Amino acid sequence: MIKSFLNKLGFANAPFAGGITPDMCKWTEHSAIEDCPLPPLFIVPIKQHIGQACTPLVQVGDLVLRGQKIAKSEGYLSVPIHAPTSGKVIKIEEHPIPHPSGMGLASIFIEPDGKDERDTSLATMDNWQDIDPAELRERVRVCGIAGLGGAAFPTFIKLLKDKRHPIETVILNGIECEPFLTNDHRLMVENSAEILHGLQIVMHMVGAQKAVIAIEDNKPTAVSAMQKLIDALGNDAISVVSLPTRYPQGSEKQLIESLTGKQVPAGKLPMHAGVLCQNIGTTRAIYDAVVLGHAITDRIITISGDAVPKPANMRVRLGTPMRFIYAQRGLEHFDGIQILHGGPMMGERMRHPDIPVIKSSTGLLAISDEQIKPAHQVEDPCIRCGHCSEVCPVNLVPNLLADHCRNDQLERAEDYDLFDCIECGACSYVCPSHIPLVHYFRYGKGQTAQVRREQSFAEVSRVRSESRDARLQREKDEKAAKRRKVRNTLRSESVLNTDNDAKPEDTKKSESKE
Amino acid sequence: MEELLYATLSLGAFALIAGIILAIASKVFHIEGDPLSDKVDALLPQTQCGQCGYPGCRPYANAVASGEADVNHCVPGGERTMLSIADLMGVEPKALEEEEEAVPVVAFVREDECIGCTLCIKACPVDAIIGAPKQYHTVVSDHCTGCVLCLEPCPVDCIDMIQKPELLEHWSWPLPDTERAQLGAERRESHHD
Amino acid sequence: MLIHLSSPHIHSGDSIRATMFAVILALIPAGIISVYLFGWLAVFLILLCMLGCMTTEFIALKWMGRPTAPVMDGSAALTGLLLALTLPASIPWWMALLGSIFAIGLGKQVYGGLGYNPFNPALSARIILLVSFPLQMTTWLIPMHLGASIIDLYDFSSAWQLFAFGVSSLPHALDAITMASPLGHIKTEWSQGVGVSEALRAYDYSYLDAFIGRETGSLGETSALALLIGGIYLLARHTITWHIPFSFIATVATMAAIASMIDPNHYTPPLFHMLAGGLILCAFFMATDPVSSPVTPMGQIVFGIGCGMITWCIRTWGGYPEGAMFAVVLMNCAVPLIDHYCRPTVYGKRGSQS
Repeated sequence: MIKSFLNKLGFANAPFAGGITPDMCKWTEHSAIEDCPLPPLFIVPIKQHIGQACTPLVQVGDLVLRGQKIAKSEGYLSVPIHAPTSGKVIKIEEHPIPHPSGMGLASIFIEPDGKDERDTSLATMDNWQDIDPAELRERVRVCGIAGLGGAAFPTFIKLLKDKRHPIETVILNGIECEPFLTNDHRLMVENSAEILHGLQIVMHMVGAQKAVIAIEDNKPTAVSAMQKLIDALGNDAISVVSLPTRYPQGSEKQLIESLTGKQVPAGKLPMHAGVLCQNIGTTRAIYDAVVLGHAITDRIITISGDAVPKPANMRVRLGTPMRFIYAQRGLEHFDGIQILHGGPMMGERMRHPDIPVIKSSTGLLAISDEQIKPAHQVEDPCIRCGHCSEVCPVNLVPNLLADHCRNDQLERAEDYDLFDCIECGACSYVCPSHIPLVHYFRYGKGQTAQVRREQSFAEVSRVRSESRDARLQREKDEKAAKRRKVRNTLRSESVLNTDNDAKPEDTKKSESKE
Repeated sequence: MEELLYATLSLGAFALIAGIILAIASKVFHIEGDPLSDKVDALLPQTQCGQCGYPGCRPYANAVASGEADVNHCVPGGERTMLSIADLMGVEPKALEEEEEAVPVVAFVREDECIGCTLCIKACPVDAIIGAPKQYHTVVSDHCTGCVLCLEPCPVDCIDMIQKPELLEHWSWPLPDTERAQLGAERRESHHD
Repeated sequence: MLIHLSSPHIHSGDSIRATMFAVILALIPAGIISVYLFGWLAVFLILLCMLGCMTTEFIALKWMGRPTAPVMDGSAALTGLLLALTLPASIPWWMALLGSIFAIGLGKQVYGGLGYNPFNPALSARIILLVSFPLQMTTWLIPMHLGASIIDLYDFSSAWQLFAFGVSSLPHALDAITMASPLGHIKTEWSQGVGVSEALRAYDYSYLDAFIGRETGSLGETSALALLIGGIYLLARHTITWHIPFSFIATVATMAAIASMIDPNHYTPPLFHMLAGGLILCAFFMATDPVSSPVTPMGQIVFGIGCGMITWCIRTWGGYPEGAMFAVVLMNCAVPLIDHYCRPTVYGKRGSQS
């Protein structure tokens, strides 16, 4: 409460409300990034981002180069997909993707030819300062870049220079608050020059005057690496800020609150607050796309967890099966081991390791059953201790909200701000009764979406049914009108002839027609 | 004794005044809202299948609003619709006659066997079948409500009801498979046993 | 086979049992003081109440056909301990047992068990006992070390005689072994028109004694020091938050301060109120019972203020000398309403309706 009061006063760097401090387990923070070798077969799903799925451009038997576009984007909220290496397309069929449902999506299977030749059709843009931001934005789109922090939102959409919502500050999100994950950390230590270069490109694209690189204080090597480079450049517009380590500091809205003291209004985006947030990995990819002309074909992934013999950070080509990556780190048998895609707080369990990594794969964890058991216990009744509400970064009341979701009281759940929940998991982490709060919220959100879909379908059906009824009624009326006309004509004819001559058969016929 | 009399009279007078105030308020603050049958119709899934015993959703809504029909007749709407109608009408929820929650289905015409008689087109309450006499008929699955009314009229029995394909975008988390998570469903069922 | 649950996949390690045991641990200083003052009698009473509560829970769960594992989660034991600490030392054993049965049976299990009781179970049992047996529930034994006690409560057999067979079985007159509590004394003196300072002098009241606990009262309420040690431990462990205890005690102190400034002869000073009766026990251990108190911080402050106001009013103008337990249970009634209207402002919804 005091913290939000401080924030209300506009006291910058006041921490966001709530948050937790789990054991960070940054076992790989000093492990330099290693290159992951090419697997024998790549599986590239046609959707690796938020938005519409792509459509394959290649056919079975086609030869492709690394970075060549193999699936084109559909609609606005979409980015194309590129081949991770040179090779041959051997099949296109449905295959499981890293999704909690275990469902699959059409995927392009590529057998590498070992030569790893690049597609060089895109020009390098060393002089990006002189290039129109709209062209640079199109380059970012064409190279298939999506947010590499885990959400995979098409990046080009955020890089819009909009006069109505000018961006004043670009925030580089180097927070990496999830336990185990260290890929952004290592990128900042090893590739600070490329990241800074990418940041300057982003600033040019959106016309921002200031930039802040936000890093958690448990990464002193990253802070000093970035600070050293900025001092060497002598660039006043860019500064490094070290924030206290607390989960979920890396969440966009909470980061903005901590840095600026202001909250992004509900239902609005950071750009409405004059701010743009970018992940470290995404910024590096923007540099690669603009300066080197490389479409995105790989990303850094942290492979860690108590079941991995040799945890590390690796540069992995997109589409590499998880089993292959784990095998590189010494893990081949998965009995009694849980595979997590992402971090332990927001990542999801995978049913088996034969699933490819995609743009949103920030980490691959392997946790033994005994280690994961504390989080997956039978739930006890809620004792209303209020710890969940204390740690919620959005100031919700999770225990009451979960009750409404469980009991299908969806309107009440919406009233309790169900859709403001960022599903960070801090509430479930602290619950002494082991209630899977986030699971209930996801259930509630899914049910609400389903009800809304059913309602809009019902509305369309109602309109169709009513127009059909109207049409049938119209036809009936027209027929009746015609019949009346015929009868009137007959009647007037019979009047002319005489009444006695009116044939009984005629009247009988007209009666039977009705 | 006097105290008893005074107490009775004063409480009685208070009750009378309160009753008069309530009666006046119910007239003065009366809200002219949607007719009840419109509200009930808004809760129905508009399948127009007739499984409730009425020829369409609107007639069933009218019957529910007039008190003639029970709240638990809508089969495609399932438990959720029954609960919201019961809530709107202010009556106790009643168990559906059918135990199983219906699986979403859509009709599918096996075009090789279709003889082009247009009987199914005429039967569809939402005009979801397209075709013409002596031409193949086909179901526009996006608009099909799964009401099953087209099956009977088909003289060559070439229409199948197939399960609606589950889309990845429409997938949602089920309830956790712990005992406590099933509590809500259990309590609702026990209400109308 | 693991339960199929969504993220998160790590947990803080906290549990209901850990929470309950932490509160029991926090009550140990108060328990030590109760034994210091009332010897074996305190031991018997505490054991009887704790076992009585756990047994009642076991029987209730068995009767309802539910799993009996929750008996060992510490919540029934805690209720028993809290109940015992609110009872007078001279209470007949069957009354304490009845209280235990009421606390768990009527105060908790009948609502659905842990997490469902709207009222604090220990306090609801104490209120039932107080209203049913007012005399025995307001009879305060003279504790050891005050120089006036006749019975040696450190002696097992005399303590057992008192416990098992009641005060009437002793050769001593009731007046000789009991005394009024500070609040009770003040109330009686008021009704006889005696001023505050004179009444306190006649009682030989000492603030230091009240703080340490060398006075009479229920088993656990006497020592503010012992209770504060426990309370601070709970605050440090983050089992409870400062909102309820602070607002509860501050409200009582404020109202007493205002009143005693207006008429010091008629109204007792704030420090007296803070140290008297079961205020600190209720503020730190009863009102903070998570199940029956509000979830939200703002709600907790509203709750604490309400409890404080009602406590002071009952103590000053009500028929009973002590009002804290009534206050807490009365505010428990309002908790669902408080929870609904005192929700914190959601991120991004400042300045707009929630």
